[in-house]
Amino acid sequence: MEKNDKTTGTVTGIIANLVVVDVNGPVGQNEICYILHNQERLMAEVIKITEKQAYVQVFENTRGLKPGSKVEFEGHMLEVTLGPGMLSRNYDGLQNDLDKMEGVFLKRGEYTDPLDREKKWHFIPLASEGDEVIAGDWLGEVEENGMPHRIMVPFKLQGSYIVKSVAKEGDYTVDDEIAVIESTNGESISVNMVQKWPVKIPIKTYKEKPRPFKLLETGVRCIDTLNPITEGGTGFIPGPFGTGKTVLQHAISKQAEADIVIMAACGERANEVVEIFKEFPELDDPRTGKKLIERTIIVANTSNMPVAAREASVYTAMTLGEYYRTMGLKVLLMADSTSRWAQALREMSNRMEELPGPDAFPMDLSAIISNFYSRAGFVRLNNGKTGSITFIGTVSPAGGNLKEPVTENTRKAARCFYGLSQDRADSKRYPAIDPIDSYSKYLEYPELQETLSKTLGEQWLSNVLKAKDVLLRGREANEQINILGDDGVPIDFHERFWKAELIDFVILQQDAFDQIDASTPLERQKYMLEKVLSIVDAQFNFNHFEEVGNFFKRVINQLKQMNYSEFKSEQFNNFEKELDDILNEFSIEAEETQQATA
Amino acid sequence: MKSQAFQKVYTKLDNITKATVSLTAKGVGYDEMAIVNGRMAQVVKIMGDQVVLQVFSGTEGIPTNAEITFLGNPPQIKVSDELAGRFFNAYGQPIDGGPEIDGEIRDIGGPSVNPVRREQPSQLIATGIAGIDLNNSLVSGQKIPFFADSDQPYNQVMANVALRAKADKIILGGMGLSNDDYLYFKQVFDNAGALDRIISFVNTTEDPPVERLLVPDMALTAAEYFAVDKNESVLVLLTDMTLYADALSIVSNRMDQIPSKDSMPGSLYSDLARIYEKAVQFPTGGSITIIAVTTLSGGDITHAIPDNTGYITEGQLFLRRDTEIGKVIIDPFRSLSRLKQLVIGKQTREDHPQVMNTAVRLYADAANARTKLENGFDLTDYDERALNFARDYSDKLLAIDVNVDTDTMLDIAWELFAKYFSKAEVGIRKDLVDKYWKENA
Repeated sequence: MEKNDKTTGTVTGIIANLVVVDVNGPVGQNEICYILHNQERLMAEVIKITEKQAYVQVFENTRGLKPGSKVEFEGHMLEVTLGPGMLSRNYDGLQNDLDKMEGVFLKRGEYTDPLDREKKWHFIPLASEGDEVIAGDWLGEVEENGMPHRIMVPFKLQGSYIVKSVAKEGDYTVDDEIAVIESTNGESISVNMVQKWPVKIPIKTYKEKPRPFKLLETGVRCIDTLNPITEGGTGFIPGPFGTGKTVLQHAISKQAEADIVIMAACGERANEVVEIFKEFPELDDPRTGKKLIERTIIVANTSNMPVAAREASVYTAMTLGEYYRTMGLKVLLMADSTSRWAQALREMSNRMEELPGPDAFPMDLSAIISNFYSRAGFVRLNNGKTGSITFIGTVSPAGGNLKEPVTENTRKAARCFYGLSQDRADSKRYPAIDPIDSYSKYLEYPELQETLSKTLGEQWLSNVLKAKDVLLRGREANEQINILGDDGVPIDFHERFWKAELIDFVILQQDAFDQIDASTPLERQKYMLEKVLSIVDAQFNFNHFEEVGNFFKRVINQLKQMNYSEFKSEQFNNFEKELDDILNEFSIEAEETQQATA
Repeated sequence: MKSQAFQKVYTKLDNITKATVSLTAKGVGYDEMAIVNGRMAQVVKIMGDQVVLQVFSGTEGIPTNAEITFLGNPPQIKVSDELAGRFFNAYGQPIDGGPEIDGEIRDIGGPSVNPVRREQPSQLIATGIAGIDLNNSLVSGQKIPFFADSDQPYNQVMANVALRAKADKIILGGMGLSNDDYLYFKQVFDNAGALDRIISFVNTTEDPPVERLLVPDMALTAAEYFAVDKNESVLVLLTDMTLYADALSIVSNRMDQIPSKDSMPGSLYSDLARIYEKAVQFPTGGSITIIAVTTLSGGDITHAIPDNTGYITEGQLFLRRDTEIGKVIIDPFRSLSRLKQLVIGKQTREDHPQVMNTAVRLYADAANARTKLENGFDLTDYDERALNFARDYSDKLLAIDVNVDTDTMLDIAWELFAKYFSKAEVGIRKDLVDKYWKENA
């Protein structure tokens, strides 16, 4: 699509942000153009071409736009600018630096540079003269907020190149030449620290994309223990409003074991984005000792910002993630909410008068969603290093109905499902992830099973599966109790129900606002799961159903106190000792010993 | 908005539908206003030299030789301090018999605030209604609707909230307001002597429904003038947003758009968000707070309108009739203010969060006891006490006729705790119990 003479055109039709342009030359699908309106240049993207007419979606409000306005086509698709200095920035969906914009209100047609062109970076060469390199190979690195930021052979280059020269260690701006490489036919190319890449095309300069095999620790027990996500895995969180989607997402992004966190606030409340803006610079990063914001990029397109840019925002965020992945880093990408992105697609499909699919969403929604999710993943780079993008999207199902098209289609694409339940939220059982409906396909991966048994012991997987069984049996028992009444069922049913409650209260429920409970390291999760399962396995001697509830309430309280205490601290150990005393009181063995001595 | 001498007058319409007309015209801008035989209209589609106009009051009686003039601008409003105390229609024209407003002309529906320039909302808005202040505190810069069935007194509650909130300006956007309700608002504001800080944009049921679409933008553009130019705190009341959404669906239907859920346009979320997200705390001190009404049909919150609203707004308030005390209360279970955490216990007394949660928990115990009772099971002593507590709690705190300050609300709650429960049953942090427990209540 590269060309020298720019195609131009004239506006002939306007329906909201869909504009029809008569063109005088070649145009490409998804090509970017600017509509000249008075003093403003409004950015737009080609979404359909019929003969001499291009249909473009404008990333801005089209108020006042008139037929006859000139249009300039750029010859490339929507691109992001990649280079050092992106961490801790706040971008809009088109990668404009929001902090560089003037005034309180967003101005139409104002586009700002995503990078700092003045700042000098300390460059250390990694490649040397004579090396053979291909796109994505590392030429050198600079340090960005304490993180190694590799300067790579531009992704757009095809074939192999010979390094002619690399700059010496020293301070350079992003636009300074840091290397010259030469193609096999003798063309030499100057490389600096900046490159551009179209957001809708995946960056594929890696060697292979193996199946994920390593658990990504999030510190959230009902994810890590029950339905773990992997490095390079995909997951989604559907939930009606008010079930704690945002709190859960923030918790994961604060705690997860990732080098880079990218948050795409896609069509959500502005005040929630403000919360991230204000909170992340304050939060200490337990992994680096710095502030969390220093390894975070926020891509914010709030619900009142232009709809077309909302669609672009998730692609922008994904492309930034792929860039950092190619540096061998672990990226966590969170998108809140992918439903808003789907709605943006629906609005546009509607204006183009396409035949609609279910709920008026475009027919290819399913393909669009799975293509997007497939860009995440764990990759092995050409130099043998690895990188990953773990992607978690939230879905806001209309009316809380999980059968609606966005949820259904995301379910086909994402490997982990964390369904938030209204009932759990109503009874304040947070995080409200439904333990029975939710799943992680990764648990079935032999690759992950192998790493889990290496790191957490051979028993781990069977323990996890057992915990799930106990939860399911507890739910069944509870249904029976509700139908037949407390004394209409054997005591055994109450025991089953309360053993499930035990796992629910101690493992699943977690206080995101408590300093200690908010994040549980894997080692501690293992300890607690084993503790709880040892109670589940124990035999107790109850004479009446009320005894069962009273006993387990005491046990749960003790274990919850342990959750709130520093791991293996004196306090923790004391609570555990008290717990063991309670257990001994009721265990059958204890009784037998007593009888024996008597 | 009168036609001016140099403007071209078109006299031929090519097509007429129920809500739109189209004609051949040149040099017309998108969103531009026009007058068709004296009726206000707006450009909704341009294709070549064919311009489609949406006629707000409908096309009944419009002939193909109607006179059409384009005004060269989008819908606008004149803003100045003269707005205060006045009543306008959806076009911003006075309907109270007073003179035209002098002021700066502004386009309505202007740009969004840059999210990095927003401040985090932090100022408590006290309403005196404990169901709100105690359980669901409002914060300036927040947007929150009442979810109410149409027979509930939401307009009365909203009028009370507006008068008691210490806002510099109150702007009422009435959409499909019945004439009686319009007169009610007028009278209440007048009686309270608050008319000089109130501005109303009203579309009543007697006006054409599509005109409603202009009301929120009129109200919010006026709000932005006071909040940005004058650094004032502005409270915007929007009633009823369900009727606004209905008008959206009428227009999209007439324009042959494919409807999505509940025959609402596919863009409903963006359309509502554009309005609600005007709620903001500005760095310069001014703020816009939006309290809206979304009427439900039979309490169904899964309908597209309340559902989309719930994803946009920062919580929702539910009204419910408590038959035990014969009053309307703010439902403590289903109501939620997402921003209350920013102020409770910080701008209010330290015991606020714990008292709030405990009272709601005990109220939930009473609800369980009531279920037991209805199912014919015996009640325990605790159940009885919980039920009695619930009755008092409902009457003295949740009812919408309560009007006390927050400290008094907390004191009342402590009195009720002591009257019906032991300290252990209440289970509040010990240092707070030591300080606030009302022994001999």
